Amino acid sequence: MGEGEQRSQCEELLALLRDVLSDAGSTVDVQAPAWGPVRDFLADVTRSRSRQGFSPVETATFVFSLKEAVLARLRTTSAGRSEDELWSDILAVDAMLDRLGLFTTEINQKTREEVIVRQQEEMLELSTPVVRLWEGVLALPMIGTLDSGRTQVVMEALLQRILEERAPIAILDITGVPTVDTMTAQHLLKTVAAARLMGAECIISGIRPQIAQTIVHLGVDLGDVTTKATLADAFEVALRRAGKRVVPLA
Amino acid sequence: MEKIPILRMGKILLVTVQVELHDALAMALLDDLTRKVTEVGARGVVIDISALDVVDSFIGRMLADIAGTCRILDAQTVVVGMQPAVAITLVELGMELVGIHTALDVEAGMEKLRALIESEHAR
Repeated sequence: MGEGEQRSQCEELLALLRDVLSDAGSTVDVQAPAWGPVRDFLADVTRSRSRQGFSPVETATFVFSLKEAVLARLRTTSAGRSEDELWSDILAVDAMLDRLGLFTTEINQKTREEVIVRQQEEMLELSTPVVRLWEGVLALPMIGTLDSGRTQVVMEALLQRILEERAPIAILDITGVPTVDTMTAQHLLKTVAAARLMGAECIISGIRPQIAQTIVHLGVDLGDVTTKATLADAFEVALRRAGKRVVPLA
Repeated sequence: MEKIPILRMGKILLVTVQVELHDALAMALLDDLTRKVTEVGARGVVIDISALDVVDSFIGRMLADIAGTCRILDAQTVVVGMQPAVAITLVELGMELVGIHTALDVEAGMEKLRALIESEHAR
């Protein structure tokens, strides 16, 4: 970022501060409505700086760096005022700039949280494809951690496809699921139960040895759910149930 | 009072729920169905609930009761065409209807019923 841009940002901030302070008098409550323009300006600056790769500390320092200049100015223009008056002015300026600096940190954090939430939503949509392996055989390759919200989406997507495709067999492949806890196992069982109620059968595949151990340790009863080690094994079972068989050519 | 029609196809009874299944109607269905099963000596019952988009725990229990009662009267019950939302609701209510046979549609249900009846004959 060039010096010219820094300078113009400083000037704009100072101009806005001047406007607000002449309007709002001596209030330093930066959350007050009168401070709206300053907050908006700082929010813009923070966002553009964070996009350019500035750290929150650097952005806050931009605001704090005004202290030196403003306080020096205060000293040269306050000839003839009592020490008490000068002291209270210094405190007010200090408090105001501190709050504005902290405000930029807050905006930084909010911007990041927004990014995280958006990415979560995108991942949610990306990671729940229901694929058709064969006529009447659906597969749901699950990737990533399964929490309640995701499982709900997965469950609904799978049941909807079962209905649309009239598929009597669905394979839930959990090769890409890093860990399984009690909640995850419950969710899986619920999905299997709901599919069964609709008249479709579920096979769970891709259970890694570690996860199989966890499931047993947790005392989760998979009941009469068919489980297979790999998607290939599950597919074979599915084909057999559909009355089909893979044979070598000639 | 409205009634749910019970169609007879040989030794199989077909029930299609086309209206909202409120509690009194479900009770009446249980009565009618059990009577009909004994009357005609039915071996199987297919209940199509594809038009049903709302259920509560009572209806869930009625389905289980119907299946249980018919079982005692020597008829297998297959519930077909359950909507995803209904399935999720029943599972969330903790009613997994263990022991009830299900199928995707009437056709698959009939096939399943035939297989069930045949396997009983084999015994």
